[in-house]
Amino acid sequence: MTRHVVAPVSEFPPGTRRCVVLEGRRIALFNVGGRYFGLLDRCPHQGGPLSEGVLTGLVEAGAPGDYSFSRPGEILRCPWHGWEFDLATGKSRFDPRRHRTRAFRVSAEPGEELRAETVPVRVEEDYVVVET
Amino acid sequence: MTVLPPGAIDCDLHPAPPSVSALMPYLEPHWADAAAHRGLHELETIAWPPNAPLSCRPDWRDGDARPGSDPARLISDAVDGFGTRYAILNCLYGAPMLYSEDMAAGFARALNDWLKAEWLDRDPRLRASITVPPHAPGLAAEEIERAAEDRRFVQVLLPVMGETPPGRRINWPVYAAAERAGLPVAFHAGSAYRHPPTPVGWPSYLAEDYAAQATAFQAALTSLIAEGVFQKFPDLTVVFAESGVAWLPAHLWRLAKYWRGLRMEVPWVDRSPEEIVRERVRFTIQPFDAPEEPDAVARLLEHLGSDDMLLFATDYPHWQFDGMGALPEGLPADLVRRIAVDNPLSTYPRLREGKP
Amino acid sequence: MTVEVLDRPSGETPAEATLRIADCDIHPSPKSLEREIHPFLERRWQRHLERYGARPRQPFLNGPAYPKGQPDAARRDAYPPAGGRPGSDLAFMRAQHLDPNNVGFGVLNPLKSGQGLQNLDFADAYCRAINDWQIAFWTREEPRLKASIVIPYEDAAASVREIERCAGEEDYVQVFMLNRTAEPMGQRRYWPIYDAAAAAGLPLAVHAFGFGGAPITGSGWPSYYIEDMTGHAQSSQAVLTSMIFEGVFDRLPGLRMVLIESGFAWLPALCWRLDRVWMRMRDELHRCKRRPSEIVREQVFLTTQPMEEPNRPRQLVECIDWIGWDRLLFATDYPHWDFDQPDRVLPSWVDAEKRRAFFTDNALRVYGRQMP
Ligand code: FES
Repeated sequence: MTRHVVAPVSEFPPGTRRCVVLEGRRIALFNVGGRYFGLLDRCPHQGGPLSEGVLTGLVEAGAPGDYSFSRPGEILRCPWHGWEFDLATGKSRFDPRRHRTRAFRVSAEPGEELRAETVPVRVEEDYVVVET
Repeated sequence: MTVLPPGAIDCDLHPAPPSVSALMPYLEPHWADAAAHRGLHELETIAWPPNAPLSCRPDWRDGDARPGSDPARLISDAVDGFGTRYAILNCLYGAPMLYSEDMAAGFARALNDWLKAEWLDRDPRLRASITVPPHAPGLAAEEIERAAEDRRFVQVLLPVMGETPPGRRINWPVYAAAERAGLPVAFHAGSAYRHPPTPVGWPSYLAEDYAAQATAFQAALTSLIAEGVFQKFPDLTVVFAESGVAWLPAHLWRLAKYWRGLRMEVPWVDRSPEEIVRERVRFTIQPFDAPEEPDAVARLLEHLGSDDMLLFATDYPHWQFDGMGALPEGLPADLVRRIAVDNPLSTYPRLREGKP
Repeated sequence: MTVEVLDRPSGETPAEATLRIADCDIHPSPKSLEREIHPFLERRWQRHLERYGARPRQPFLNGPAYPKGQPDAARRDAYPPAGGRPGSDLAFMRAQHLDPNNVGFGVLNPLKSGQGLQNLDFADAYCRAINDWQIAFWTREEPRLKASIVIPYEDAAASVREIERCAGEEDYVQVFMLNRTAEPMGQRRYWPIYDAAAAAGLPLAVHAFGFGGAPITGSGWPSYYIEDMTGHAQSSQAVLTSMIFEGVFDRLPGLRMVLIESGFAWLPALCWRLDRVWMRMRDELHRCKRRPSEIVREQVFLTTQPMEEPNRPRQLVECIDWIGWDRLLFATDYPHWDFDQPDRVLPSWVDAEKRRAFFTDNALRVYGRQMP
């Protein structure tokens, strides 16, 4: 496991997203209301850029016409053919077992604890860290 | 030639629709009176002109008699001829085409009673489908309940093209009644002609109308799935009769592809359309619309992806095949057994009851 | 540790296609009606559009009766950074699609035009404007792109005039219709159009969508967009059936038809069925002289998108084997949401010769062009 410091928390506010390239892979990062998520930026279907997808919620129905809407902001729809992915797990909604994209653990860590890493950090800041 | 195993079940045969005068004794008095005094014409659909080549195989014709009008002939040609244990009669009558809901229901009731007396009572191997007024779902449900008391009625019969796409909620009372009675719902090729039979308007030819039946079944399947009929009625089996079969894999590839991207529009569709169809929809095998080479048939069957979906049928007296070749060439024997015996038995619970 | 922080998400896709490809379905839009379309539309029709709207045979003034899955039915990454609708900015189309996907020959198929409008005079004027616009704003600027002659097909006489007006300009590569017409396309009211297309040596392209007015299923109007989209394949089957059975291909043995954006996997089963029906009812089909599958093998082509997606890709390849590798013209449908990405649509084991036919050669042959 490698930990990558990608940005100070102050520069990655809630409601924003960005793309990073780590170890040659593009990763799409999202801050949804203070929670961080990371997905490989390549849809397992035809390779659409997930970082350009829309964040939505989960529409479900136990029976025809019986709509529910949950988990707003936690479902990513691919910008191309609209496959839905769970931001937290990378699993597709329609077939979570067979179709998924890689999810990465993303967290905010105090600069204090990152001092051992090889990038320069300031102790008074928190940083967004991606594990690959 | 592919040989049928003993005990085969023929899931689609067509007794000729009765003439108005033959139906008279079975009509309620006001309908009998209307039929007589309004000079009602025969309720025969433009889809099956008796003299059209497709309407009857040449060696099954009987002079000028309407194809399928003689029970003795149907029994000897088809039931004895193929050695079938049960034969399911789908009478393609014009009652569902009448615009009046009451009149359609009245003539459907009479037809079902006529079928019992004139056909089912003649031979213990005969079974039949219940004709209903599809555009009057409440009345249709009542008729299903009434007719289903006779256990020789094994399914409900609807034309694949009605007034609304079959999945629409307005049609649900029909499915609820069928499910309650433990009967599959069969959609058969045909239209009530409320709309042009093609999605691009009225065609010029009967041949075009018949070709369009396959596309109508595609749209019907989409509708049943998209509207959630299979979720709403978990015990309902749907049969597509005379639908053609070869179109199915390609249609499901397309439908499943769109479902993956548009699931949120029909969120009750909680698994792939392919899975739903394999579990819940059955197809009679004539016409199969297969290619001629056995190798292509084998591939097509592999594309279908299930041995449970096909039901043996002759489509008597329609001219789909010659001689005894009701099944495509080159099917393995165990698949033939499933198509001819096992699949029909699991589709039609009432056929498992033995003597009614 | 490599850390690279990008300022904005970027929409570029990897350029893996080494083959120079033809894309037979690209949808351009005007950046602005005033600036790009009005110059080609008489003042009277500009005013008409402002006051009355386009009025196709459907309920809404500004959008489809089946709301799309995403805005403008577009890829979400296809909005030009400089603003405007997807498909309206040539520079961005080059950067996002033509260059990275190595498109050497692209056919423009404008969907918003006079086609399917209730007012036939306006339909005619609007189609003419869209034709002139394609040349002025697109093909003159970008030699890789070719134009379609959009015609007000419910008015055959006006359509013929428009085909004749445009046919001399060599940037037009086809006559363009939508598949949901008022009556099945083989019917004789449309024949003058096919005569004119054949006389001009142009293929007849029939694209999904349109507003014929008939319900899009034989049982009436379905409820959902997914049914509308799935239904294009049924409409194309009905169109092809009508063209064959009405004898259009027998009258015009030189006519080539290209069916666009309805997929293709339905074709083998349709041909098997049509052959059987034709044999049974040949006396009724007196205008149709040849076996339907033979007509298809000689005169009909299909663009690939949206490619059907079986769980086992091999099955799709088997299906193409049935159709023939010389019949399919690759298309992306850029910038729309059901876009097909060229390097992802065929399994890697399909050989180079087939790939070349599928991605390039078939299209160049049908359109009689070379890579520019
Ligand atoms: S590329 Fe993502 S859904 Fe197709």
